[in-house]
Amino acid sequence: MSYLPKPKIHHPQLPKNTLGLTRRDYEGSLSTLCAGCGHDSVSAALIQACFELDLPPHRVGKLSGIGCSSKTPTYFLGPAHGFNSVHGRMPSIASGAAAANRDLVYIGVSGDGDTASIGLGQFIHATRRGVNMLYLVENNGTYGLTKGQFSATADVGSKSKAGKANPYTPIDLVQLALQMGAGFVARSFSGDKEQLVPLLKAAIAYPGFAFIDVISPCVTFNNHESSTKSYAHIRRHDRPVMAADFVPLAQEITAAYAPGDRHTVTLHDGSMLHLKKLADDYDPYDRIGAMNYLQRHQADGSVLTGLLYLDAEPTEMHAMLGTDTTALNSLPFEVLNPGSAELAAVNAALR
Amino acid sequence: MKKTDISDPQYFHKVVDCQWACPAHTNVPEYIRLIAAGRYTDSYMLNWFSNVFPGVLGRTCDRPCEPACRRGRVEEKPVAICRLKRVAADLKDDISDRLPAIPTKKNGKRVALVGAGPASLAVARDLLPLGYEVVLYEKDQRGGGAMRTQIPAFRLPESVLDEEVDRILDFGVECHFGQPVQSMGWLLKQGFDAVFVGSGAPRGRDLDIPGRQEAGANIHIGIDWLASVAFEHVQKIGKRVVVIGGGNTAMDCCRTALRLGGEQVTVTVRSGFDEMKASPWEKEDAMHEGIPILDYHAPKSFELENGRLAGVWFEKMRAERDDKGRRTLVPTGEPLVLIPCDDVLMAIGQENAFPWIERDIGIEFDQWDMPKLDADTFQSTHPQVFFGGDAAFGPKNIIWAVAHGHAAAISIDLLCQGKSLDAQRPAKGVTLVSQKMGMHDWSYGNDFAATQRLAVPHADKFKTLKNIKVEVELGFDAEMALKEAARCLNCDVQTVFTENLCIECDACVDICPEDCITFTTNGDEAELRTRLMAPATNLDQPLYVSDPVPTGRVMVKDEDVCLHCGFCAERCPTGAWDMQKSLLKLPQAGGVCHV
Repeated sequence: MSYLPKPKIHHPQLPKNTLGLTRRDYEGSLSTLCAGCGHDSVSAALIQACFELDLPPHRVGKLSGIGCSSKTPTYFLGPAHGFNSVHGRMPSIASGAAAANRDLVYIGVSGDGDTASIGLGQFIHATRRGVNMLYLVENNGTYGLTKGQFSATADVGSKSKAGKANPYTPIDLVQLALQMGAGFVARSFSGDKEQLVPLLKAAIAYPGFAFIDVISPCVTFNNHESSTKSYAHIRRHDRPVMAADFVPLAQEITAAYAPGDRHTVTLHDGSMLHLKKLADDYDPYDRIGAMNYLQRHQADGSVLTGLLYLDAEPTEMHAMLGTDTTALNSLPFEVLNPGSAELAAVNAALR
Repeated sequence: MKKTDISDPQYFHKVVDCQWACPAHTNVPEYIRLIAAGRYTDSYMLNWFSNVFPGVLGRTCDRPCEPACRRGRVEEKPVAICRLKRVAADLKDDISDRLPAIPTKKNGKRVALVGAGPASLAVARDLLPLGYEVVLYEKDQRGGGAMRTQIPAFRLPESVLDEEVDRILDFGVECHFGQPVQSMGWLLKQGFDAVFVGSGAPRGRDLDIPGRQEAGANIHIGIDWLASVAFEHVQKIGKRVVVIGGGNTAMDCCRTALRLGGEQVTVTVRSGFDEMKASPWEKEDAMHEGIPILDYHAPKSFELENGRLAGVWFEKMRAERDDKGRRTLVPTGEPLVLIPCDDVLMAIGQENAFPWIERDIGIEFDQWDMPKLDADTFQSTHPQVFFGGDAAFGPKNIIWAVAHGHAAAISIDLLCQGKSLDAQRPAKGVTLVSQKMGMHDWSYGNDFAATQRLAVPHADKFKTLKNIKVEVELGFDAEMALKEAARCLNCDVQTVFTENLCIECDACVDICPEDCITFTTNGDEAELRTRLMAPATNLDQPLYVSDPVPTGRVMVKDEDVCLHCGFCAERCPTGAWDMQKSLLKLPQAGGVCHV
């Protein structure tokens, strides 16, 4: 961590997006995480993704729980809305926020402790509900904030810094997300922004529940030789299967791709996701196939990364509930609060 | 690209833009830090070792360092380097106990200096501590050369000049003032081991247009007139004065005229205002005193009345560009303009002249009648004769003269030791020392100060215009100096990268406020420059490239707008980045005058 604020000054030729903002305008306050923490890289990737998507920062809601990962929303998108909730309860807050105001872009940042332990039930139900959000887990396999105990995602046999091996079966959040019906499921690595930034853009643009499990090494407590979540281990075992990128409608005219190289998925608003196969035998539209493929490769120690599953036409929460298409804060008072006569009528209908 | 060789002294030298641009390679960031620490005497000495005249230069330097200053690329204006130097000179304590010892037992070698200007004095400063006997010949009665004769006292008080000139003369120079050398042949017969010519560019250019001869009594050559003012031979001038010329001498002439009784002083220049040779701040100072500068005015003839100068006729010009973009000045065709005046000062350039050097004694001259010199050793075609300052390559500035003096002193020392001037010339060196003091603690102030450049306060105009000896600029006080010093980016504290420690966590890339750092696959320089975090379009600034890191990529750092804030090193979990001060070791004759 550093004690000095990052100077506001930036490179004189830093590019601007269509809103006239530079990447630096998407930063938050200076990180207080350990120097070299993977989470800071993820924040930087989010900053880059939101900048490239031309997102107005104040139209984003950042939500988190408790933990190192859950501190990070402070470190990106300073002008955005934010809610730092109770441990593991971020999914509930996100569901409520999304229900009330469907016009904001929701980015939920959680960790392996916040999601795979105390918040496991919350995570599963937000997935089931199809909340329109990016649910991001910064997964380092350890409780960094309490000095390095194994978390629920630590691999069997992975050793702690003190040399003790983990005896417990790991919870694979990607498998859970697939099983619970998430429409967009990906895994990435904080040390690979070339893969992560396009994935984040695609996930943010995705009109449904998008889940990304980012392996984000804990440089202080879980970056040693016998760890399976270290920078070096992930680099050795990373196996990208599917690259994804998001192309907004306006840019499509200029983008040219070699035929057969890529597959394009058009989202309901006309924007597109470009997918590129990196493993021949992988099919990102087959939920059960993806689960099997993941299981098989997990057994040989590979870490599959990239876009793992995509449902091009997801059903999200508002559609399931049949709620109004307008955000509640935009509805006139009379519509939002139809009055005691209406209440009496509803009550009468239930008697 | 190949891995950058940071052990090459030139690499980090170039990153310290100010020091690189300074002809004498003064260690600017170090002396600015010393000023910030209130160590004015140390700062002065550091300056004195490399540029010999800190007090003079802190007021009069042409400041090649300031346009080069990185701060000017990071935001709008460079650090006020020159005026900070003056602070060190103004606020220093007694330095007599820090000066090099002058041996009483001489080494038996005698060196003659022609002219007592900055180049000759620099040679004397470097050679006297080594035991040389130094004999100085000067046509004027006092030392200082152009520093005394061409810079008016309201810019450079006599006391400041005397202090720095006398300090060297007091080292034991055998002075022959009022004794111009009339013959190089004679000088060479006096048994000197080496002769150094630092006689300046003493001839002001004249303008041969109608009326020049007839009105001669009121037409003055600028540099001669300034010298006469300096020696108090001239104490007044007519009420209406026209200055012809657009260089710094013209600015000194017009401001001096204003102080000697001129009421309507006008500067005329043939070219456009922006093309004038005068430094921007000198133009500003003249205009601040109410002097109009008329550009595109080419003098045509002098108007006479009863045999006396009455004015100057000017033809109005305009700039035109030909197909190749070359600028030429052509008359606009408008009627000629008369500017009535009592006196004219001509400041249209200076020339070298060596009428006293016989052309048959082994010193060859080129087509412009300048001595043929070796650009590194300053040796002429006569092995014992060296040239420096304006006498070597034409009119430049004091700081160049000092740089020439240092180089010539090394040559003279080598010559007198019977060594080769090229092959055995001492080399530059560089040392790199980590500035880490603790977890996030550096031995330099790494916080970026967002303050704008401070303006130097001026004395009251009513006072300064009445008395030529009242200095116009007041200089920074200690508080202002501290504030301005904080703007320095400490470019000598280098970002040094050790690839085998890097775990590629990207922390440095993410934190860098100026997007200097990129990890990417290697390529050739032109192509690599297009793939960095921010465009690397300043080709004058090098890319710092590492050997491959574990993923096979290389670290590429664009040095262009690096703030040297050390955030990369603070963020690095493994110490692959470190902030290390690069100390350039520049040779000086004998190496006695060193910190």
